[in-house]
Amino acid sequence: MTPQLYVPTVPARPGDTPDFSYVQVSAAGEIARPSPAATVAETASLAETLIRVLDESGQACGPWNPGLDPDQLRKGLELMLRTRIFDDSMQRRQRQGKITFYMRSYGEEAVSVAAAMALLADDMLFPSYRNQGLFLTRGVSLVDLMCQLLSNTRDMCKGRQLPVMYHSGERKIFSISGNLATQFPQAVGWAMAAAIKGELNVAAAWMGEGSAAEADFHHALLFAKVYRAPVILNVVNNQWAISTFQGYAGGEQRSFAARGPGVGVAGLRVDGNDFLAVYAATAWAAERARAGHGATLIEWVTYRAGAHSTSDDPTRYRPREEFSQWPLGDPVDRLKRHLCALGHWDEKAHQELIHSLEEEVAGAWRDAIAYGSLSEGVRLDPHLMFTDVYKDIPPHLQAQSAALAKELREISAETGVRSP
Amino acid sequence: MSDPATKGMSMIQALNSALDVMLARDSTVVALGEDVGYFGGVFRVTEGLQRKYGTQRVLDTPIAEGGIIGAAIGMAVNGLRPVAEIQFADYIYPAYDQIVSELARLRYRSGGAYTAPVTIRTPCGGGIRGGQTHSQSPEGVFAHVSGLQTVMPSNPYDAKGLLIAAIESDDPVIFFEPKRLYNGPFDGDPQQPATSWADHPLAEVPEGYYSVPIGQAAIRKAGEALTVVTYGTMVHVCLAAAAHTGIDAEIIDLRSMVPLDMDTIATSVEKTGRCLIAHEATRFAGFGAELSASIQERCFWSLEAPIVRVAGWDTPYPHAFEWEYFPGKVRVARALQELAQTVS
Repeated sequence: MTPQLYVPTVPARPGDTPDFSYVQVSAAGEIARPSPAATVAETASLAETLIRVLDESGQACGPWNPGLDPDQLRKGLELMLRTRIFDDSMQRRQRQGKITFYMRSYGEEAVSVAAAMALLADDMLFPSYRNQGLFLTRGVSLVDLMCQLLSNTRDMCKGRQLPVMYHSGERKIFSISGNLATQFPQAVGWAMAAAIKGELNVAAAWMGEGSAAEADFHHALLFAKVYRAPVILNVVNNQWAISTFQGYAGGEQRSFAARGPGVGVAGLRVDGNDFLAVYAATAWAAERARAGHGATLIEWVTYRAGAHSTSDDPTRYRPREEFSQWPLGDPVDRLKRHLCALGHWDEKAHQELIHSLEEEVAGAWRDAIAYGSLSEGVRLDPHLMFTDVYKDIPPHLQAQSAALAKELREISAETGVRSP
Repeated sequence: MSDPATKGMSMIQALNSALDVMLARDSTVVALGEDVGYFGGVFRVTEGLQRKYGTQRVLDTPIAEGGIIGAAIGMAVNGLRPVAEIQFADYIYPAYDQIVSELARLRYRSGGAYTAPVTIRTPCGGGIRGGQTHSQSPEGVFAHVSGLQTVMPSNPYDAKGLLIAAIESDDPVIFFEPKRLYNGPFDGDPQQPATSWADHPLAEVPEGYYSVPIGQAAIRKAGEALTVVTYGTMVHVCLAAAAHTGIDAEIIDLRSMVPLDMDTIATSVEKTGRCLIAHEATRFAGFGAELSASIQERCFWSLEAPIVRVAGWDTPYPHAFEWEYFPGKVRVARALQELAQTVS
């Protein structure tokens, strides 16, 4: 037999029965919780198990139960639902041609919402493009997010970025890049600066598991280990990077979390659809970082229930019904079941909440669209294109700005269309 | 040797056909990249190839551009002819060190002992509302690097012929695919409905093997009044702008930036005495600067007016102002008119 190049196995393709036998699942509550001051060696086993709190019946189990009060639980549920309803609505607006592009976080809402709730307001967040829950949890308004999606006159990015590439200077959320993994070493550097300055704030960064293939992921882990940086590095393993299965990022028979101990950083593998587990693991890593014990790499095991983006069609490369078979369920349903089991929630309250959130999103859209869009209404001044390239506009860009003004006057004279 | 049977193809189909022909002809050819295998590429250029040639020759890769190019170099050193796809040219920079310090110089630094015939395919250019991370035209930063060949077709016929030539070349090629032209020509007016390649003469593509030599420009329209030197999407914009103004422009489609067909350019500029250079990339230190310098060195005594450049503004590619940024028909037409009227 001649040797052959090994090619990772994809468990199921369109037409196949979904197969998640490769996902190693632990029982809720069975994994020990070491002190956040533990050595990397003492935490190494956590990278190979699956930290879970919520069991099938909605009970919170074991040492990782963060013990949140009913108000916090209801707040978490509401934020996840707001994220989902916002996502669904914006996807429809894209289909209607109102915005050019969109990316939902469907099925992954807990990863952002619970983490942002567990961190402090002054901790710095470095999101990827599927972390809208961070923005909503930090209190960035729906209208502000929608204006960015519309590239309109109130767009925080002044018309320069693709939809969903938000930021918030005020709420300490970094500018999202379309280039993958670049935020990981940047978050480590931010955390190094906090340590240099003697400040207590930590940094947290997110990426998909596919991005863990990029060199920046490895740079980040190494710098975090070398300088014991107060940073939380989150790898959201949602199984799919567009059409590329997580096995191609190195996830076959090896957890992403295990790369942490491999380099010398604590690694946790956590049920990303378990709101309580996400909260607890983030709080553990934040406490560890704040106390000077260094960084944590957390792998959130979840599933990208929707398409990669509005440009993607996942039915071409994976079974349509995969999400219904996903062993870790739906994060919204699981927290709802928990709240109901505690007697702090019921179906009527749930439906009322959904209804009021739908109204809220619809109202925000009416407010946002009043500031224009790419296709209708008032538009941003195109000369904004030349600002912020540098702090001051250099002479050659001033000349180009003047040339554009002349060009736009000619176009409007020729077509009768008023230049923006 | 060429196959006489032809077929109407889009640029995507023509590129797919080039890969198909070369995978069939040469067992050392392999294709690799993100989403390239099972899915067939996000723009469908490699559709069906993994099914036909198997997972040993059409490879899905991790999302690691530096890894893709580094691995392609190693494969090439070991006797394969890899065709690596970088999903968007905007994402090529993690591979820049492998391309500039390794791929481009391997033959030179080893005195010819080692070579790496790698073709890097990558979609470039704007016009699809891609914003700053899906619209760039970085040909200038590769044309500047000694040891690389840099190519950008403007139509399906050239796309297939040049890709075959690139794969057969013993030196590395950066093969830019203007993504706005994938499904049809584009004259630079976003208000007009999108056109397809159907019935376009350069979309009539031989089904079998043929090649278009790297380093040879094509005259898309003969003319006497002035010379337009351009490539990629801008070929179509310049043709439309010339038609709009009625100026008898000679329009040269470079097809290759490196090596550069200076003879075709100089013959034309010596005839017309006037030259406009157009590209979508930013203007400052862009490829147009090299063209302008080379043309004035060679044709100074024939020039009747300063050489004019039309390009993207020197800013990142903005999402909301795509059409104010893009050097469209109006910008080119005005430059043509001014150039035609300049009195020496």
